[in-house]
Amino acid sequence: MKRGVAVVMLIVLVIVAAIVGGGIAEPAQLSCFLIVAAAASRAWINPGRSSQAPYTSAKTVLISFFEWFGEMAVFCGRLLQAALVPPYEIRALLRQCESVGSRSLPLVALAGAATGAVLSLQTRDSLTRFGAQSFLPAVIVFSLIRESGPIITGLVMSGRVGAGIGAELGSMKVTEQIDAMEASAINPYKYLAATRVAACVLMLPLLTLAADFCGILMGWFASSLADPVSLRLFLENGFQNASYNDFIPPTLKTTLFGLIIGVVACFQGMRTTGGTAGVGRSTTSSVVLSSLFVIVADVVLVRMILVFFP
Amino acid sequence: MQDSVDGHPIVVKALRKSFSGRTVLNGIDLQVETGETVALLGRSGTGKSVFLKLLIGLQLPDSGSIRLCGREIPALGLNQLNEVRMRVGFLFQQAALYDSLTVEENVAFPLERHTKLTAVERERRVKELLASVGMQQDLKKMPSQISGGMQKRVGLARALALDPEILLFDEPTSGLDPITASEIAQLIRALKERRRLTAIVVTHDIHSARTFADRLVLMHDGNIVIEGTIESLQNSRDEFVVRFLGEAA
Repeated sequence: MKRGVAVVMLIVLVIVAAIVGGGIAEPAQLSCFLIVAAAASRAWINPGRSSQAPYTSAKTVLISFFEWFGEMAVFCGRLLQAALVPPYEIRALLRQCESVGSRSLPLVALAGAATGAVLSLQTRDSLTRFGAQSFLPAVIVFSLIRESGPIITGLVMSGRVGAGIGAELGSMKVTEQIDAMEASAINPYKYLAATRVAACVLMLPLLTLAADFCGILMGWFASSLADPVSLRLFLENGFQNASYNDFIPPTLKTTLFGLIIGVVACFQGMRTTGGTAGVGRSTTSSVVLSSLFVIVADVVLVRMILVFFP
Repeated sequence: MQDSVDGHPIVVKALRKSFSGRTVLNGIDLQVETGETVALLGRSGTGKSVFLKLLIGLQLPDSGSIRLCGREIPALGLNQLNEVRMRVGFLFQQAALYDSLTVEENVAFPLERHTKLTAVERERRVKELLASVGMQQDLKKMPSQISGGMQKRVGLARALALDPEILLFDEPTSGLDPITASEIAQLIRALKERRRLTAIVVTHDIHSARTFADRLVLMHDGNIVIEGTIESLQNSRDEFVVRFLGEAA
């Protein structure tokens, strides 16, 4: 029962965040939002705590919340040190780029294409009612490159890569492979975590480009089914009023999404305890927390982009 | 050459460790001589594996002193700790092979990072190491494709890769059939005689321990109950020692 309440609470919070938009960028409000959201997600992940008295439960959640952020800060410090100090694990990084990038490409392209098609189908009717059908290419292009492409890519990657990293590192942790690495004088923060985080940071913008491309192409295709138009004309209309500010900042903001997904998934994976059940918990929490933080970061970044790149 | 305190590369004094208020090590004192193999016996959950992890800094003690190769482990920074770790081989309970790497890649892994061997030299060294533990075949297989006994052999080859002075074994014979367990025990004995390694072997298999151990140490409730040869343990009248040896027999 409590688990259901927590899920509803989480969804409501996300919707409120999206509606409030600019207001949530205030640091105090953002902190409150994060605390409540983390408490809700924790209750979702650990439903077993529901039998405790409300006061004890709230106190435990609050302490766990600060513990989590404290441990995360220590983890980030070690990760940063491992990432910056040579030697660099270039081969492992390339392997991770292949795993995070190439292998995610079909899924991201499909998600982008579906978004483009849906945008085209949904928007056409609305625009026709107002006699603004000629704006359809611009609506599709702007919607995709400014917001839909980046956030769809971020969320799809939270699911695919967040779960993958959380499960892989969690499994390595409970089978003592990470301990074995440390015992061999190899820094797991450098070899396992830094390479995965760097791969996420590098690959997310490239995958966003792929999602944008497929979305626009599919938007044109869906649009052409109702009203045939050449791709060239569609693109000319779509990009007529677009500037670099419409394209570059939203695409580059996905580097932050990549950072969030990589760091959260590696952190949750490397602190796994409790055997296979623990691996399951790490995988779930990696996806839930990285998706949550990607959405929150998106709200903040959209506001910042509007301010700095009007 | 081993750095040691009076010929003891491993010196542990008053070591304490607890988890969530439960004491697992309650003031352990242990010294291991150069070339000596000590079998650490005891019931499951008595802190034997924790003791090994404390020795190489995978966990931090609550109090006490751990000197390995003449260095005080809990006081070392990561780089200094890694210098010591490169002189120690560790065989984990479930072998802990990297499951995304093949058998030969597992053994080559520490060599790639800590030596300047060329690819050809590294390949030759990996084959030598695997041959020394009776694993000349199946080099290209993944860890999940080989048996538990073979995984332990590969784990041992990996632990020996950097030519360590000290070896730590965590339950090397657990989960194996009696014949394979005996083969692993013989392998540890052969390694000890060939390389004159200093070793601590955590086990509850007293039969295997008799094969390779110079000294047996029995732990109970976070303390060392008795230490000595198998004969001295058999002559003990301590209730727990008698019960442990009786059940083991």
